[in-house]
Amino acid sequence: MLGIGILKGMVVTAKNFFGSFVNKRLLPTIQYPEAGNSVTLFSRNIPFLVYDNDEDPLGTMRCVACKICEKECPPQCIYIVMEKDANGKPAKRPKVFDIDISVCMGCQICVEVCPFESIKMDSTFELSTPDRFEGLLLKREHLLKSNTYFHKIHPDEAQEVDDRLAAKQKKPAPTPSTPAA
Amino acid sequence: MIDLAPILAKFPPVKHDAAANALIVPQALALEVAKWLRDDPAYRMDYASNVAGVDTLPVEKKTKVKQPDGTDKEIVTKKPGSMEVVYHLYSMALKHGPITIKQVTTRENPVVTSLTPIYRGAEFQEREAFDLYGIQFEGHPDLRRILMWDEFKDFPMRKDYVEPDDYEYEPTPHDAVLAKAKAHYPKASTSTEAAS
Amino acid sequence: MSTETIAPREYQIYSGDDLRTNVLEISMGPQHPSTHGVFRMDVSLDGETVVKLKPVFGYLHRNHEKIAETTSYLGSMPYTDRLDYFCSMTNNWAYALAVEKMAGLAVPERAEYIRVIMAELTRLQNHASLVGFLTNDLGASGTPLLYAIREREHILDLFEWASGARMMCNYMRFGGVRNDLPSGWLAQCKKVVDDFPAFMDEFETLLTGNEIILSRCQNVGVLPRDLAINASITGPCLRASGVDYDLRKVDKYGIYDRFDFKVPLGSVGDCYDRFMIRLLEMRESVKILKQALATIPEGPVNDSKARNFRPKPAEAYGRIEGPKGELGFYLVSDGTPKPHRYHVRPPSFINLTVLEDMCLGQKIADAVIVLGSIDIVLGEVDR
Repeated sequence: MLGIGILKGMVVTAKNFFGSFVNKRLLPTIQYPEAGNSVTLFSRNIPFLVYDNDEDPLGTMRCVACKICEKECPPQCIYIVMEKDANGKPAKRPKVFDIDISVCMGCQICVEVCPFESIKMDSTFELSTPDRFEGLLLKREHLLKSNTYFHKIHPDEAQEVDDRLAAKQKKPAPTPSTPAA
Repeated sequence: MIDLAPILAKFPPVKHDAAANALIVPQALALEVAKWLRDDPAYRMDYASNVAGVDTLPVEKKTKVKQPDGTDKEIVTKKPGSMEVVYHLYSMALKHGPITIKQVTTRENPVVTSLTPIYRGAEFQEREAFDLYGIQFEGHPDLRRILMWDEFKDFPMRKDYVEPDDYEYEPTPHDAVLAKAKAHYPKASTSTEAAS
Repeated sequence: MSTETIAPREYQIYSGDDLRTNVLEISMGPQHPSTHGVFRMDVSLDGETVVKLKPVFGYLHRNHEKIAETTSYLGSMPYTDRLDYFCSMTNNWAYALAVEKMAGLAVPERAEYIRVIMAELTRLQNHASLVGFLTNDLGASGTPLLYAIREREHILDLFEWASGARMMCNYMRFGGVRNDLPSGWLAQCKKVVDDFPAFMDEFETLLTGNEIILSRCQNVGVLPRDLAINASITGPCLRASGVDYDLRKVDKYGIYDRFDFKVPLGSVGDCYDRFMIRLLEMRESVKILKQALATIPEGPVNDSKARNFRPKPAEAYGRIEGPKGELGFYLVSDGTPKPHRYHVRPPSFINLTVLEDMCLGQKIADAVIVLGSIDIVLGEVDR
């Protein structure tokens, strides 16, 4: 009979409508600002620079300004200038480390290519600024975040990284270690 | 791997590019070869999967060769540039493939034969190659720009394409972009330098 | 008083035979809601009947191929996500497959299984939302679409959990995948896959018997078998026309030869077939997923040697069966870290070739459904 198919469809819709009051699966909507966010363990947004000691962020940052990430970054959003000491010798840490987050696409390539575990992905997403240019340019000071913070947002990955670094320290590695302040 | 020997035997002007396992087909013969490949019961290449233009710039390579008398002699090898259109043909009837067909032409006057009369599926992709590389397809029913707008003049996928000078301010210019930025803002150094 | 005034008058009924209609040219799009993005159709109409239709696109063109030719091989992997932004996992796989073919890289066993799982999940969510959008085009505004989106959400959560991003996954790497699956992921995936048939049953009762859908989809936009082959149509559109050509069966790329699944085929090639083929394909994907989840082995997921490879001068064409059709990458290397030529064979771009043939003689309202049933994503069409 004509119309049976439509009525069947209506029954399904009604089931979903009334079911959504009792079944969580039928109503997965989150009331966002009140109910919090749904950031999962691996979610990534923009990169940040890791430092080890909370008292001395600039001194214990892991970045050695090797510029591999700058070279590999697909949209070219990273800009690094290496710091030089009084004698003009490279100091193996960045004087300038800028990320233009209006260009960054959060692809995580910089994290993958970094040999010093110094750049990692942040999961923060509630960012806003009224300034289109300078406000979207994150400088070294904005980007520096502690290892404790890294442990907070991505615990498994941070533990893995710590283990890897500890193993590297035990071996007399030829790679340059983080310079002391 | 498909046996290409019967094609080479039937069409002597067709050359075999062993490195890419491709057939290099002269323009005059392209339609005939494609039609034969489509209809021959042993091949039945009824499906043109992929059509791509390839641009190669001329290269000049200098190599030093040691002469018997001990001196170095510089040899300059020049490879002319070329414009190619590559077709990947498969068979849906016999489920085999691919056979790669190449039409090679010059960069200065790129003209090839369109295979759209044989394979409808090549229509949009040939238009794309025309749009981005400027390759003329003879016999194409509707050769217009497809991705770029009609008034656009240049061919952006060519290797020697120079992009228009339309620099837009950005806070972290570096490398090539920095050179552009300096042309537009000669005094203002980049903000990153100012900040440091 | 004359008798003339009271006699009934003779009226002439206008027959309309000499009424001529002009062919009306309409530019439909690029902001039309039914064109699924910034797509334009230059339509000529005789009354409501389509007499000419030319697709116009390129509004989203960013020259993806040129960008890829100026970055390293790895650097263009995140850009492939943005081709068909519904199916970033299969885009990643197609590109990785082409590079692996060119450089001769091997993929570990576990990574192959992960790739299959990701690709089939992608197919599920793409087909689910496509069917939802198709009903939206038919006038069921929103409700069935949201049921599909709700189901897609569970799959996107899985993607985010494994790769860090919901849509721009950037998960596959040359010689494997980027990271191993987190613990608990497989169990959650099993749960989602087990729940999925319930959604499909619901969707089928909701839609397949619906008289409105039947009358608006059946025998609309018929694509004959021979034209479909000649015009290089691939994917569900081709199989709806009755051509048995599924790259998972033909090429057996990855490890698809190990799974038992069938290829649903249509008989007429109209919009209803294209719609049903997608529903049936989802069931086959669930079958593949169940087998893959049951047999996935332990082991490494990527080849550390593959990270910094330098390709020899070579060329390769790698293709996979994406949810929308054959997605291929043609790569030419000249020995440098950047590809000499990088070409994408986008399925939805080529499937648009026959849009005019399918729409001619149909009503303008049906052109919307025909376009919807092709399943285009403008990020991929325009590149």
